Amino acid sequence: MNPIVLGPLVVAGAAAFLALVISIIDRIVNDYGEVSIDINHGKKLLKVNGGSPLLGTLASQGLFVPSACGGRGSCGACKVRVLTDVGPVLPTETPYLSPQELANSVRLACQVKLKKDIAIELPEELFSVKKFKATLERIEDLTYDIKETLFRLEEPASIEFKSGQYVQIVVPPYGEIKESVQRAYSMSSRPGDSGHVELLIRLVPGGIATTYVHKHLKVGDELELVGPFGEFRVHDTPAAMVCVAGGSGMAPFKSMLYDMRERNAFPEKDIWYFFGARGTRDMFYLDELRQLEKEWPRFHFVPALSEPKPEENWEGERGLITDVLDRYIKDRVGKDKGMEGYLCGSPGMIGACIAVMTKNGIPESSIYFDKFA
Amino acid sequence: MTPLINPVTLFFASIFTSNILLSNFLGMCSFISISKDWKSSFGLGMAVTVVMTVTAAISWLVLSYVITPLGLEYLSFIVFIVVIAAVVQILEMVIDRASPALYMSLGIFLPLITVNCAILGAILFMQIRNYGFVQAVTFGAGSGVGWWLAIMLLAAIRERIEKNPVPAGLKGPGITMITIGFMAMAFIGFSGMIAVQ
Repeated sequence: MNPIVLGPLVVAGAAAFLALVISIIDRIVNDYGEVSIDINHGKKLLKVNGGSPLLGTLASQGLFVPSACGGRGSCGACKVRVLTDVGPVLPTETPYLSPQELANSVRLACQVKLKKDIAIELPEELFSVKKFKATLERIEDLTYDIKETLFRLEEPASIEFKSGQYVQIVVPPYGEIKESVQRAYSMSSRPGDSGHVELLIRLVPGGIATTYVHKHLKVGDELELVGPFGEFRVHDTPAAMVCVAGGSGMAPFKSMLYDMRERNAFPEKDIWYFFGARGTRDMFYLDELRQLEKEWPRFHFVPALSEPKPEENWEGERGLITDVLDRYIKDRVGKDKGMEGYLCGSPGMIGACIAVMTKNGIPESSIYFDKFA
Repeated sequence: MTPLINPVTLFFASIFTSNILLSNFLGMCSFISISKDWKSSFGLGMAVTVVMTVTAAISWLVLSYVITPLGLEYLSFIVFIVVIAAVVQILEMVIDRASPALYMSLGIFLPLITVNCAILGAILFMQIRNYGFVQAVTFGAGSGVGWWLAIMLLAAIRERIEKNPVPAGLKGPGITMITIGFMAMAFIGFSGMIAVQ
């Protein structure tokens, strides 16, 4: 036989044979049979086939633990408390777990392989997390780098959530991106409009999901959303709300404001909303929020620009949002019923605002935030 | 021509007189990095022994019944590496199931056995020395045990070194290399007693 044919044939044959042996052994060795997952001390008992990671197994049972990377161990979001022994913590998990979490036997669901019966603890609200099929109904530019996207929910057709919570969009593989990823975005729509989900998405250069939304997504496209997740919400106290946001950090506040306005919820709360941007080209919803301020006496809107250009004729506040915030808390915000901080934006902005707020007497336990990760 | 060396002699010779690590200096990287801890050394040594024995047997069969009859000697490297990779893959699955703790402690070095030159080296020695099947298997097993012995010795020595003052510049790999040098000299004392060729 021709050696050019024979050589590859022999190598391929040997490789194929060995691959066959490996698959057979894999079948025998990795057959863990049926295992049971006990969730929240007997609240829910699942019978599943063992051998796969916990995250995927739970998802196949309709329980969606938040995960941004889709189970590759690169986001550290899928934290779950494991009550039974599942072996030592893997090197892939340790960078994402704090000493406290390690002591509490918190693990990453995507790294824990189901080998035997297991007991875990999940936050109750995960039971209401669903996967939605949605169609993009509208996509518009708010600024040069932020788009407002409106999705119509198809299956299931409505979502139940609290203002401030977020959903994850499942970005399908596109172009150079070969694997599906999930990214979290706060919902800017009102819970009252349960058939729609609105997200404000800022283009992050090189970002997989934001590039997809900005460059590839078109009206009529179908996308999957998973949610709702998150603890960020309005707290039921009479204290004044001091909200600070920058950029697409607008999203949860838009939802909270219009929701509170619609239901006249928490009627004792005064609401101060500080929104910081560099120049007018980063500013959006200005007219809508000023209109809302006029119609709604307990709502105060303070937009501020840090670097306004003379030709922009900016008449609002100037300076860094932290300085504006400091001034207003000292002079304007009514403190008789106490204050609560609500923050959404970049980690740097949140850190700086927390410092200003605690300095002005808002206890750290009353400051709630949603950090962009 | 199959050499006439007795398989039992060959087994001991490959452990002592021509130790694959200390006379041929093959498989040094995992030897140096894993020998910090004797428990992992023991596990890795055992894994190398198993892989060497099994791959020697399989490679001998492939070599004698496929490669040589078809005149494809130039493909032997690729085929040997494929065989090693497959055996390591299987071993990995078995260890993961049987002893997760050992699997954890070996970490990246378990898949790295695939590219451990000691294993390919042993197979190539087997090929150029024209060993028969029994000789090939005993040589593979002996070389593995020799590797295990050497790494256990080094791990024991390093454990003692840990407790003694070492000049700052020689800490870690430095003193380890010197130690290996001494061990190699000691093992060279055995060489020439038996010719494994």
